[in-house]
Amino acid sequence: MKNKTSFLPQEGEACTSRCPDNTAFKQQKLPAWKPQLTIASVLSTFFLIGTFCLAVGVCLILSANSVREIQIDYSDKCSDCSKLRENSSNWYKECHCSVNFTLKEDILGDVFMYYGLQNFYQNHRRYVISRSDAQLLGRNVNIQKSYCAPFTTYRNGTPMAPCGAIANSMFNDTIDLFYNLKSYAIEVPLLKTGNSWWTDKNVKFRNPKSYNLSSAFAGTARPPYWQKPVYLLDEEDERNNGYLNDDFIIWMRVSAFATFRNLYRRVRRVALFADGLPAGNYTFRISYNFPVTKFKGRKHVILSTVVWSGGSNPFLGIAYVVSGTAATLTGFVITAIHLKLRKKKTYFQK
Amino acid sequence: IFAFLALMCLILAIGNGIWEYDKGYYFQVYLPWAEGVHSASYSGFLMFWSYVIILNTVVPISLYVSVEIIRLGNSFYIDWDRKMYYPQNDTPAQARTTTLNEELGQIKYIFSDKTGTLTQNIMCFNKCSINGKSYGDVYDMSGQRIEINENTEKVDFSYNQLADPKFSFYDHSLVEAVKLGDVPTHRFFRLLSLCHTVMPEEKKEGNLVYQAQSPDEGALVTAARNFGFVFRARTPETITVVEMGETKVYKLLAILDFNNVRKRMSVIVRSPEGDLTLYCKGADTILYELLDSSCDSLKEETTEHLNEFAGEGLRTLVVAYRNLNEDYFQDWIRRHHEASTALEGREDKLSELYEEIEKDLMLLGATAIEDKLQDGVPQTIETLAKANIKIWVLTGDKQETAMNIGYSCNLLYDDMEDVFIIEGSTSEDVLNELRNARKKMKPDSFLDSDEINIQFEKSSKKPKMIPDEQANGVYGLVITGHSLAYALEANLELELVRTACMCKVVICCRVTPLQKAQVVELVKKYKKAVTLAIGDGANDVSMIKTAHIGVGISGQEGMQAVLSSDFSFAQFRYLQRLLLVHGRWSYIRMCKFLKYFFYKNFAFTLVHFWYGFFSGFSAQTVYDEWFITLYNLVYTSLPVLGMSLFDQDVDDRWSMLFPQLYVPGQQNLYFNKVVFVKCMLQGIYSSLILFFIPYGAMYNTMRSDGKAIADYQSFALMAQTCLLIVVSVQIGLDTSYWTVVNQFFIWGSLSVYFAITFTMYSDGMYLIFTASFPFVGTARNTLGQPSVWLAIFLSITLCVLPVVGYRFLKGQLKPTPSEKVLLKIKEAKKRPPPPSPKRRLRRTSTRRSGYAFSHQHGFGALIMSGRNMRPKSPFATTGTFSPNSDKHKHKGL
Repeated sequence: MKNKTSFLPQEGEACTSRCPDNTAFKQQKLPAWKPQLTIASVLSTFFLIGTFCLAVGVCLILSANSVREIQIDYSDKCSDCSKLRENSSNWYKECHCSVNFTLKEDILGDVFMYYGLQNFYQNHRRYVISRSDAQLLGRNVNIQKSYCAPFTTYRNGTPMAPCGAIANSMFNDTIDLFYNLKSYAIEVPLLKTGNSWWTDKNVKFRNPKSYNLSSAFAGTARPPYWQKPVYLLDEEDERNNGYLNDDFIIWMRVSAFATFRNLYRRVRRVALFADGLPAGNYTFRISYNFPVTKFKGRKHVILSTVVWSGGSNPFLGIAYVVSGTAATLTGFVITAIHLKLRKKKTYFQK
Repeated sequence: IFAFLALMCLILAIGNGIWEYDKGYYFQVYLPWAEGVHSASYSGFLMFWSYVIILNTVVPISLYVSVEIIRLGNSFYIDWDRKMYYPQNDTPAQARTTTLNEELGQIKYIFSDKTGTLTQNIMCFNKCSINGKSYGDVYDMSGQRIEINENTEKVDFSYNQLADPKFSFYDHSLVEAVKLGDVPTHRFFRLLSLCHTVMPEEKKEGNLVYQAQSPDEGALVTAARNFGFVFRARTPETITVVEMGETKVYKLLAILDFNNVRKRMSVIVRSPEGDLTLYCKGADTILYELLDSSCDSLKEETTEHLNEFAGEGLRTLVVAYRNLNEDYFQDWIRRHHEASTALEGREDKLSELYEEIEKDLMLLGATAIEDKLQDGVPQTIETLAKANIKIWVLTGDKQETAMNIGYSCNLLYDDMEDVFIIEGSTSEDVLNELRNARKKMKPDSFLDSDEINIQFEKSSKKPKMIPDEQANGVYGLVITGHSLAYALEANLELELVRTACMCKVVICCRVTPLQKAQVVELVKKYKKAVTLAIGDGANDVSMIKTAHIGVGISGQEGMQAVLSSDFSFAQFRYLQRLLLVHGRWSYIRMCKFLKYFFYKNFAFTLVHFWYGFFSGFSAQTVYDEWFITLYNLVYTSLPVLGMSLFDQDVDDRWSMLFPQLYVPGQQNLYFNKVVFVKCMLQGIYSSLILFFIPYGAMYNTMRSDGKAIADYQSFALMAQTCLLIVVSVQIGLDTSYWTVVNQFFIWGSLSVYFAITFTMYSDGMYLIFTASFPFVGTARNTLGQPSVWLAIFLSITLCVLPVVGYRFLKGQLKPTPSEKVLLKIKEAKKRPPPPSPKRRLRRTSTRRSGYAFSHQHGFGALIMSGRNMRPKSPFATTGTFSPNSDKHKHKGL
């Protein structure tokens, strides 16, 4: 009050202590870019994205169509074995079955063999957690603390190696592929290693350290549904045995959906099969161990090639084409509406 | 929203029951039921709670935290605003509560105090009429009246050593008249310097300070002082006046004090020459009755001037004098003495005596005092009115004064259809007056077909809220404190609310502090509206506390109002900035924040819901649990905070120029149930896209190197990457004001996401914390796939493009009023911004009378008795003399 007359309020002048600072931040005057939805930007977005999506979609569909894929459901074809496996007391009995198919054309390039399961809920929460990562790292841990139950220990206290529902339910059919020539059949050479992720094989899974594998797993027992202990999964290849077995590693990488396929073997491109699978008659010889009928599941065996976008699933391609078309059409609709409105406006202005 | 959550969980739980019964039962070979679970329905029950845990992120805790941060930030902006800083007494605006910012953007009713809030409580001698000649206006050469502004030449008072330098007057002719020794002019100013109850204080020689009971009196005495009639000192018996440099001591014989009935005061003095004179000043209506018939022609001229003054919103007083006969006076003073010592009926006897002597007065002229409004008050009120805010003035002043102020600050104006005055003194009168007013405003509001009446009939109880009613024109309502007391009674309050809320302006005069609070309470009770009370004095505290938002003016009247307020600043005019800029921004930001926040959490959470249908309703989460933890905490918190702290749809200048932009806030258009459902639907749509695009892209296919792609971890990573990019793009779309900080936050969050993901999925982390980071290698293996990126791009396109299209088309086809304004602004921006418009300040015509007195018994008796009068230090006890505390005024009621 006292300096009422002497004090001249002037913007920008040095203020007394309580005057707020004149900074862009405090005065909310930060420089800013103020984008707005203008007709130009909206239309260009729609048309650009529409065109892009269409192009990508067409590419995807074309490449997906170039994939050769053969999928055979063998759960029905081997109905004898299916019935046998329905009764779990027959587990020790072997059961073989053959599935024939004919290739009319050669399949060129790398050919991959998958097994597919339907209606197998690998993504069930209690299933997903039913494993012990520490045990699979070869560490000597108390698996009672993990979520492996009820596949943790036998009644007599012997721990299962590996423990848990995932490991216990491992897919244990063996599938071999034969190329039928006129008089005899050649076994198609298949690669059983190199099918899993590098990180899984080298980081996530390790065998317990010992002078040999069987002693490393001493004091443990196989999971109840297994036919052989973990250290006998692949007796031919030391580096593909125990926890490091590729089939095991792939099985342990649980699927996100109840219908899924896992890589089983790759065709080794040698001799007759250097360019892929030649046309002709083939036979899958399957040792049928994995029961699926109980939970109304299905088993498939799949032969497929791949392209840059993956397998033969056309979903992405179609989705791209559809959304590309939709975006372009919307672009036209917007243009039409805009023109109409503008006409109206000029009409009113007149 | 909790019901929605419960519903989702219930659906999933039932789904689980069915699934376990249908499939899980057979799947037990590979996955036995958990211990203790023996039936599918029990499993479903357990699953219900699992899903409650998973899906509770639709209402995350971080919402509350973020809301608080945003409120705090916006409060700081208020504190920091230089445009709300008042340099003259070094007061910045202050947000004392941090929780009400967004309500500032929704104000519908403002309750304002008058004194000290609308007005400065400083009175200025502005014009006068002496002997039929009006002074105070400035004319140019051609005789046109000139608007007075800063540059107008002030009258030079340097001839008078005792002049008050702060006093300014522009009409030179009055000074000429004084200098020429015009007798009526001299008498006029002599009267002003004698007839008052002001106390002088002279600490230094020539430095006079007046302590006046009412600021009006102070203004008059100051005026007289500047024109050369300096009131210098007083004792109980004398008044010392320096008249044109010549010191004269008048003997003060009697003070005929002011009261509300008399509306005038007089003094009887004996001049050094020995003449006995009675000087009187008072309200025109009263004084005109007492004038001598000889001055009828003068009376007419003065009346004309008075009308003119009143039309300009000035407070007027008429001054008159009477020369007394020595003998008569002696007789009178004797009787006066008797009366004043009488034991019974002293008051009556005295006033009779006063009546007797105050007659046959000679008219001298009239004074006009400007009750100075605070700077920018009319403009502010006009702007606020344009923003559809209803302003109620609650004041302790007299009706005339209140109405005068109402007119002078644009609250009331002549274009109004009608201004109703409610002054009934019984309950029935008030009811009738209110009903008549309502009938005029909305004739059909009494018909049975009227919605509200129907509502009344339907429910025997009172309806809780009254919807807004439209009047057929612009009306004002003035209600006196007496009538208000009746109107606030239970049986009339509804009538009052309905009538008053239809008027654009309501002025309540002579109200007590309690009534102020009651009025606010009433509106809060019956109207679904946010109210704001603004005031500066202790008498406003109750009102400030009652209203949703209280604003204190940190002015001269102490700190009580400020201390009980939510916001405070120094000038009334800052209110428009507080509401139209800060309030609006806060509201819009909060709405955008809530919309986005719910959207992002719906999109996030509902993916789990869809996944439930594919994972046996087993409460399996889609994302990595670390992602779930960090999503609200790290990945998406900063961008949304950035948006809600910096976003501005239009800058402050435009939101002041287009007050209509404020209206959507009042109707809560930016965040209500419809908007909520919309952003919920958007969230649901996004979550569908976010689930099914990755699902489709992964279903029964493989990677480009032939390995399986559809494992759970890859799917999780893909879904969460899609989600995060989609919500980031979405916030980019919502942000209309991209500062560096926004950019930094959005890009930063995305890069932090990738950095954290790659770190968590690295070998080292897995080997150290095996159980915590089972996703080892997923990022490297999955994000290298072209199909994954194509799927991500597709989800973004599908999530965002429809929104872009919808917003654009909506803006084109059905623009909301505020969007139209924004469009106008966009067009206007191409042209240079218009200069801030000058608004007319005053109108003329319409007779309004006001008189300048405080509404309290004067101090005449005190002065005469000599109490409180110590020579040398005249004002040791100022307590009872504090010039303008409203408190005293209200006690009189």
